[in-house]
Amino acid sequence: MSLVAYAHCLRGVVGRELLRFVHQRSRFVAALVRPLVWLFVFAAGFRMALGVAMTEPYQTYILYEVYIVPGLVGMIQLFNGMQSSLSMVYDREMGSMRVLLVSPFPRWYLLICKLLAGTMVAIVQVYVFLAIAYLYGVQAPLMGYVLILPALIVTGFMVGALGMLLSSFVRQLENFAGIMNFVIFPMFFLSSALYPLWRIREGSYLVYQVAALNPFTHAVEMIRFTMYEQLNVSATLVALATTAVLLGLAILAYNPARGMAARKGGGE
Amino acid sequence: MIHENSETPSTASDVPTAGERQESAVLDVQDLSFSYSGRPILESVSFELKAGECAVLLGPNGAGKSTLFSLITRLYDHRQGTIHVGGHDLRRESVQAHAQMGVVFQQPTLDQDLTVAQNLAYHGALHGMTPGEARRRAAQQLTRLDMQDSLRLRVRHLSGGQRRRVEIARGLLHEPRLLLLDEPTVGLDITSRRTLVEHVHRLSREQGVAVLWATHLIDEVYPEDRVIVLDHGQICADGSVADVMVQTRSESIGDAFNRLTDGEVS
Repeated sequence: MSLVAYAHCLRGVVGRELLRFVHQRSRFVAALVRPLVWLFVFAAGFRMALGVAMTEPYQTYILYEVYIVPGLVGMIQLFNGMQSSLSMVYDREMGSMRVLLVSPFPRWYLLICKLLAGTMVAIVQVYVFLAIAYLYGVQAPLMGYVLILPALIVTGFMVGALGMLLSSFVRQLENFAGIMNFVIFPMFFLSSALYPLWRIREGSYLVYQVAALNPFTHAVEMIRFTMYEQLNVSATLVALATTAVLLGLAILAYNPARGMAARKGGGE
Repeated sequence: MIHENSETPSTASDVPTAGERQESAVLDVQDLSFSYSGRPILESVSFELKAGECAVLLGPNGAGKSTLFSLITRLYDHRQGTIHVGGHDLRRESVQAHAQMGVVFQQPTLDQDLTVAQNLAYHGALHGMTPGEARRRAAQQLTRLDMQDSLRLRVRHLSGGQRRRVEIARGLLHEPRLLLLDEPTVGLDITSRRTLVEHVHRLSREQGVAVLWATHLIDEVYPEDRVIVLDHGQICADGSVADVMVQTRSESIGDAFNRLTDGEVS
């Protein structure tokens, strides 16, 4: 296969995911409503109780709405990543995952295409959300909206790879509810998405430690800093390393010779 | 060649070398075994398929047909035995091997929200085709299957039989040498089933594609077909319909299937 063929494969997988997204308008609305409710209702209500002091990367005291936006961007990506993995379980049950896996490209490449496709869909949602937030008054420097893109790709790959890895363990769609309870919610709430780490530390040192170890915290901080034209080196490195590890594990899990596919065997 | 659950006696001169087999056979499965949780699913399965050959893989439910398909498509990896597609080892040269096979799975796998053209374009991209090339081949394959007017239709608006034909068009889009069909008529009415079986036989004759058609339905076997009977994970008969009937002293292929598997004819 030539490089051009690889490019056509990538175009096909990303194009299909975007087409599916366009056809499923309710999914788009649902994906936007969740963070917007947090922004318009939760943040407005808790602004006084959870007021945030001046903290990096912000240059001045900020409103809670301003603080929460990068976390909600991460929320969109996290839920979208899990939605993608849910659709992988569904595709596997329905059989359409097989169409992808019998394609004459290396399986690692096909999985990366699939991850990139899911990430692109999430990025479209993120930018629509950021546009609404901008109109609402949460305005980052314009260059920040460009610089945030690599951070969104890394985060998209990180949560997508996690979802892909989890999907390899989940045999039935019904079991996916557990993923929501045991993965998505703890990852989101035990992070700096809603409160800064220093404030969590004031409340509970144990929760602070868990949040500091949570890779999603680092992804959110990476997004927050790039949005304000700064680079948080440690957060970026942790996010990149986590992405690499999760991606490797996800590829391994879908390798017919070594991963879950091999262990599951072939009963009829 | 009838195995009747035993090894067929052969002389050294009868047995082709691995190189000879791989040159002539589009699909070459040798000594394939597979177990799940210690339970054997397939045991020493061996057969070959040549270009233009249409073989029906007959077996009762649970015989191991779907597992065999999953191994040939490398959804599961085999640890015992070898599988070559177009002379390429499936484990070591999976990219080349996959490029030569088209697959129609037991479950419908078309995206119902997309049009026929979009589904086929997606498949073309998965085989490295340009959009233009995929469009051209899609039109060609759909015309052969009398589906040329369906390109712009959403899949959910097609009947079960039409969807299956689109899946066959998809399986042939990249012009494979081997077409694998895993019980493709499940859920179809008698007319649609008959049409589909006829289509696939015609494609095999006209395009020289080797076809492996898994089914448990005897009426899908044509007199000129080769029949491979799989039962309890083993091949218990492999030959032309006439040969299998003669060697099992049966009056029909249904009788032969019953004798070989102690099963019910569907």
